[in-house]
Amino acid sequence: MKLLNEANFTFDSRSCNEAFARSAVGSFITYLDPTVSELNDIRTAVSEAVTNCVVHAYQDTIGKIFINIKIWEGGTVTIKIRDKGCGIENIAQAMEPLYTTAPSEERAGLGFAVMQSFSDSVKVRSKPEAGTTVTLTKKLSLRVSNG
Amino acid sequence: MYPKTNYDGNSLTIYLKGEIDHHNAREIREATDSLIQQNKPSLLRLDFSGVTFMDSSGIGLIMGRYRMMLLYGGKTLAVNVPEGLERIMNLSGLGALDIIEKRGELYETAQ
Ligand SMILES: Nc1ncnc2c1ncn2[C@@H]1O[C@H](COP(=O)(O)OP(=O)(O)OP(=O)(O)O)[C@@H](O)[C@H]1O
Ligand SMILES: [Mg+2]
Repeated sequence: MKLLNEANFTFDSRSCNEAFARSAVGSFITYLDPTVSELNDIRTAVSEAVTNCVVHAYQDTIGKIFINIKIWEGGTVTIKIRDKGCGIENIAQAMEPLYTTAPSEERAGLGFAVMQSFSDSVKVRSKPEAGTTVTLTKKLSLRVSNG
Repeated sequence: MYPKTNYDGNSLTIYLKGEIDHHNAREIREATDSLIQQNKPSLLRLDFSGVTFMDSSGIGLIMGRYRMMLLYGGKTLAVNVPEGLERIMNLSGLGALDIIEKRGELYETAQ
């Protein structure tokens, strides 16, 4: 697949940046004319991954969150959300619906389930004490515009 | 004051608006909980008509209020859920708890 376009940005793991992150990703792919539902899916999945960096990876500290977006020929979008936080010991368990290590904060344990439902694939790489990378893939329908 | 609310002596309605994520769920939670504790309503209606975005933080918010209302023997309903939020609501299992009001269905408060 041919890489057509790419963006990278880095920001602090402050909760006020959750809205910024999903909006920035949404803005970057807007020129591809995604459907309202495709755009909402991507914004939601990104919000889940970024919130996990804020809430779990860095917890009470502020660290950096790195986002890389790639747009491939044919309309496939890959979004990598990376942190250098605490990492995940058992990835399979973390991805199980309703599993959460923060029930006291009213976490539902549904973040990964939402990412999976709202994108075509979710890949997680993680190393305890080193950090986590979540890669979301979504194929856009690429409507032909009448312009 | 955020959010806009209405208490009719029986049911407490919270008019949610904008985007519900981890960042702004806290403000909504604090405002809602103090109103629940103050009024001890028999029904909590979370009105989603003005909500444009929600992630799993919104599910945690609903579940948390549902549990709190149970402590007072009250019921919780998510009403006027926009079409765009239906998928995340359905994914949550909240439907099985009868928390989500069906589209077009009117809930009559017990008088
Ligand atoms: N970036 C991360 N760094 C460290 N741990 C993580 C990270 N992302 C997820 N986890 C772990 O995986 C668990 C499950 O994540 P998931 O997003 O599915 O649920 P949650 O964040 O606990 O709840 P919700 O997303 O519904 O608010 C988390 O409780 C946490 O232990
Ligand atoms: Mg999460």
